[in-house]
Amino acid sequence: MARAATTADAFNAVAEPRRRQILDVLAGGERPVNDLVAHLGLAQPLVSKHLRVLREVGAVEVRGDGRRRLYRLNGAALKPIHDWVQGYEETWSERFEQLDVVLGELNEEEEGR
Amino acid sequence: MTVAGSRKATVTLPSDTQILITREFDAPKELVWKAWTTPELVRRWWHANRGEMTACEIDLRVGGKWRYAMHAEGFGEVGFHGEYREIEPFERLVSTEAYEGIPDADAHAAVDTLTLTELDGRTLMTVLVEHPTKEGRDMHIESGMEDGMNDALDLAEGVAISLVR
Repeated sequence: MARAATTADAFNAVAEPRRRQILDVLAGGERPVNDLVAHLGLAQPLVSKHLRVLREVGAVEVRGDGRRRLYRLNGAALKPIHDWVQGYEETWSERFEQLDVVLGELNEEEEGR
Repeated sequence: MTVAGSRKATVTLPSDTQILITREFDAPKELVWKAWTTPELVRRWWHANRGEMTACEIDLRVGGKWRYAMHAEGFGEVGFHGEYREIEPFERLVSTEAYEGIPDADAHAAVDTLTLTELDGRTLMTVLVEHPTKEGRDMHIESGMEDGMNDALDLAEGVAISLVR
């Protein structure tokens, strides 16, 4: 059972480019590790290491299917980091909207010269 | 004038310890620089409609200090300060940024790099926030005004992925 992911845990999991690639591939559906190895062009131990990190925060789940192990995405575990990015983006968007107003005035002043 | 897709700030996570903010402005870089580095002007936009700025000090020279603070609705006083490291007028500004809401703020200060690139009278702004340590980054993301603002959001599986990228 994966522990509940905090924002920081989820950040760790998704801030690594290779892990983001894995999540992208899994967003398209459940995959065996060999598919991921082929997609990423990385050695299997490395892919397994990334998968372990993703599983630790619950972003990826695994099930056995005969001799294969199938990995799938669990988007809910990424909600904390998504929420954080969203909030951060919102703060900066509002900041920049105000900055647009200031720039509009500065532009007019320049043109008036 | 509105240009599609450019009004919203874009936030990405290029690496474990970096946060990148990107936005385009309808003004030449000299004016963006002016609005970014003049206290009277910063006071008008930095608050992000979250409250009123209570401090805005800018000593724009290498080694010079800055400090912004505001009283945020429902959150209280938040303050940030730092020091200017590199100044290339109108193009690049490197400074440290310590969030005063955490213990030992200066030890966990991030390094912010502002770059302005002008094309046809418009300016592309990037702000790269780099944390020296993962601990500093964790404190940044686990404290701050953004926390808890989006509790109401409930996103379907898969949607989260596209937005995290």
